[in-house]
Amino acid sequence: MGTKEINISIKELETELGQIKDLRMSVGRLAQETWDEPQGPTPFPSLTTLRNWDLTLLNRYRPFYLPLCDLCCLCTYGKCDLTGDRKGACGISMPGQQSRIVLLAACIGAATHMNHAREMVTHLVHTYGDEKKLDPGGLSIKVEAPITRLVCGMKPETLGDLEAVLDYAEQQIGALLACTHTGQEGNPLDLESKVFHTGMIDHLSMEVADIAQVSAYDLPKADPDAPLVEIGYGSIDTTKPVILVIGHNVVPSVGIMDYMQDHDLTGELEVAGICCTGIDMTRYSARAKIVGPISWQIRYIRSGIPDIIVVDEQCIRTDVFDEARVQQIPVIATSEKNCLGLPDRTGDPVDDIIDEFTRGTLEGALILDPEKVGEIAVRTATINAPKKRKKKKAKLTLKEGMEEAKKCTQCRECRRACPNDLHIPDALKLFARGDSAMLAGVYDACVGCIRCEQACSEDIDIHSLITLTAEERLEHESYKLRSGRGAIQDIEIRQVGGPIVLGEIPGIVAFVGCANYPSGGEDLAEMAMEFANRRFIICTSGCAAMTIGMYRDADGKSPYELYPGNFEAGGIVNVGSCVSNSHIAGAAIKIASIFARRNLRGNYEEIADYVHNRVGAVGVAWGAMSQKAAAIAAGFWRLGIPVIVGPHGTKYRRMLLGRADRDEDWYVTDARTNERIYVGPVPEHLFISVETKEEAMVMIAKLSMRPNDTSRGRALKLTHYIDLHRRLLGSMPADIHRFVRMEADIPITMKEDIVAILKEKDWKETVIPDPTLIRKKEVVS
Amino acid sequence: MNQESWLTAEVPGPKKASLITKPEIADAMIRRASRPVFVVGSIASEIDLEEKKLIDYVIRLARQFQIRVIATGSTNTAFLARDFTPDAVMPAVDAGFRLADPAWQGVDGNGPHDLAIFVGLPYQMGFTILSGLKHFAPSLKTISLDNVYQPNARWSFSNISIKNWIINLEAIIGNKEEE
Repeated sequence: MGTKEINISIKELETELGQIKDLRMSVGRLAQETWDEPQGPTPFPSLTTLRNWDLTLLNRYRPFYLPLCDLCCLCTYGKCDLTGDRKGACGISMPGQQSRIVLLAACIGAATHMNHAREMVTHLVHTYGDEKKLDPGGLSIKVEAPITRLVCGMKPETLGDLEAVLDYAEQQIGALLACTHTGQEGNPLDLESKVFHTGMIDHLSMEVADIAQVSAYDLPKADPDAPLVEIGYGSIDTTKPVILVIGHNVVPSVGIMDYMQDHDLTGELEVAGICCTGIDMTRYSARAKIVGPISWQIRYIRSGIPDIIVVDEQCIRTDVFDEARVQQIPVIATSEKNCLGLPDRTGDPVDDIIDEFTRGTLEGALILDPEKVGEIAVRTATINAPKKRKKKKAKLTLKEGMEEAKKCTQCRECRRACPNDLHIPDALKLFARGDSAMLAGVYDACVGCIRCEQACSEDIDIHSLITLTAEERLEHESYKLRSGRGAIQDIEIRQVGGPIVLGEIPGIVAFVGCANYPSGGEDLAEMAMEFANRRFIICTSGCAAMTIGMYRDADGKSPYELYPGNFEAGGIVNVGSCVSNSHIAGAAIKIASIFARRNLRGNYEEIADYVHNRVGAVGVAWGAMSQKAAAIAAGFWRLGIPVIVGPHGTKYRRMLLGRADRDEDWYVTDARTNERIYVGPVPEHLFISVETKEEAMVMIAKLSMRPNDTSRGRALKLTHYIDLHRRLLGSMPADIHRFVRMEADIPITMKEDIVAILKEKDWKETVIPDPTLIRKKEVVS
Repeated sequence: MNQESWLTAEVPGPKKASLITKPEIADAMIRRASRPVFVVGSIASEIDLEEKKLIDYVIRLARQFQIRVIATGSTNTAFLARDFTPDAVMPAVDAGFRLADPAWQGVDGNGPHDLAIFVGLPYQMGFTILSGLKHFAPSLKTISLDNVYQPNARWSFSNISIKNWIINLEAIIGNKEEE
């Protein structure tokens, strides 16, 4: 929209009314309106503006609380035992407490993205000026910021405009966090509504962060042909100096790559990333590489390969400095949010710091100037690498590893500490006898948390033994990942909008989130390819996007080489890092706006209602671990998009489940006639944890159904659901009758079987409405 | 015998499962129940109990005590491979959610279940779902028949060896056979 801060200062003014001296006026920002779409009903919504919409969803998808403990220990009244229907000293009930914890988690996640966005925008405004134009997709994108338009009712045009969006987000997160204080909100459903609000603010913040970095750093602009980049432990050329960057904020990495570019050093060093900084580095320069997702931190640091480690913010192991010290790798912390206890050397001369790093008298430093970080990291790594190679520590041999394994007393504490309950003691026993195969197998499902080592009474470096036995596998980890493309083009939305809304493209599946997988990362690649083959549109981001790339078919090709990067049926679309998740939600919103021409501006409820009833999108966070993942999921919930998590997901403390057997829950209003129509349980759940990859695949197909599906679309979706249920769960699903609205919905190839089931269930035909959950005014006859 | 969670850090709250110290306890719980239901997770078909799998014991128990069966995860396939058709196939959390509803008429529509027997779920899923039932399904009794302590069940084995587990399961089945 273009905004200007207006400051008026009058030193001395004489008028007919009198004399004015030293008058100063500030009127905040003056909007320069360039958007002719009429303002909708809910621009900049407060905590309660969308409460009715939330309660409509929560009335259908009720919370099932799964307390991780029976107590509340948030204040000094407590600890309070909330078992059963007991209340705490403040009056809070167990459901209220669980919702409160969910809200806290979502607030942490949203604050993290929001502050990331704030740091990013502040830095970019400082570097490029607040009038720098936003350009997330050139001519391919007219709706540049769908979430911002939808939530705030404003059309941001410059970096400066994004500051106003963040002002709003910060105010909201502050208020939401305040709700969790003892003695504030205690009603579980009101807390859940606030969780949804937090999720919406999270998506808004992610969008700000990503469109700012795409615009300023010239990252791929909605480019389906974003370059294929290298990923994997084995893809890093260890003959060169190696800079390892970990975290989720690309600014310091840009400092590193710019310094290399400016000094003709590109290609002389390896810049390798772990987590989302890795992804965003490759969006900035396709020569950067990615080691892997979050769980690769310990194994890569312990390899001793990095010559310097630079950490920014989020998802960084808090013991990264301890681990690096053991390997004598210097560490640079670059964020005020993650100082690691290191001395602040931001103001010191670069040469002094490099001298101390290379002499080994300084183990780590906090440096809050990204350009300085660039120079120090590059020069230090260049000096240290040859020295380090020369006096490289001898690696543990397999034989030495076996001797170490003999110390195991089979107490089983390592297994009892392992979140995946891996059979580590049995594997160690075999390894001690010379058979390393089982321990190498443990590697596949190991999430790299090293809780096993913390539990070991014999101080065995269990994780190091696991990676030792899997060394060959590690060295062959070299794959191709399509770099994050950013937003979805408007033209792509136009092309697929109709088939999606009518159900003829069976769905959009978003594989997102962390890497805490229950049985290894291959599950994710397999699921993504299965649904791409079924002509769903696959979107992905962050650690999930990396994991999908770390797979090879028989010809050695990764999914990104096998499937196109277009937002089309059968495409596998890597949008980018965690903050790029906003483009997935943005695509769903743009379908309503660009394809269906619904007003977007400040019109959240109508658009969410459209998305929920018409866009067959499903989120899958198979290894979700963090609070950020909780916030991202919450943003999808408010849009009415269901999210599936893996078995660890029950530890998020509550599900949002529908009851297929309660017919009364599945009525919508037909917007054409104002009649109430039964549409069946579509989508059946809003947030559900499933146990196995097979169950997840069946659930994805099931949750892609929507009330608005045409018969052709529904028949297609039913085909996938029934086919997967038969193949993976062994039988026809028992609930088919709930999804068939009329005979035309029945897949032709399965007609005989289904008709028999319908007869048995006393099925009756119904109609396909123009579905809405929003209560409309009486239709005037 | 102790009441220590299998996953060390999953420390239970004040209300913890009573220990099934002898098979007669589980046997009596099942016999006294009028509408028992099994919730059987995917690990049931993976765990070796000498020549058999855990799921084979579940089938014997279900048949002998006429217990309804909910197959979660992808366990249905393993049941069908053994010529046993579960009464329902649904996600474990969905089963838990319905069990917490006193109005739910059960997998067969014949009335609420009064006993839920959990077995073969990933540990943390069992822990959390049983916690949901502990707090929000006061009239439902729950047992975990896994060989690890599940503190949120009403009754659970301690962390016991495979050998001991087999003895217990055989004894529960044997008790019924003797009747």
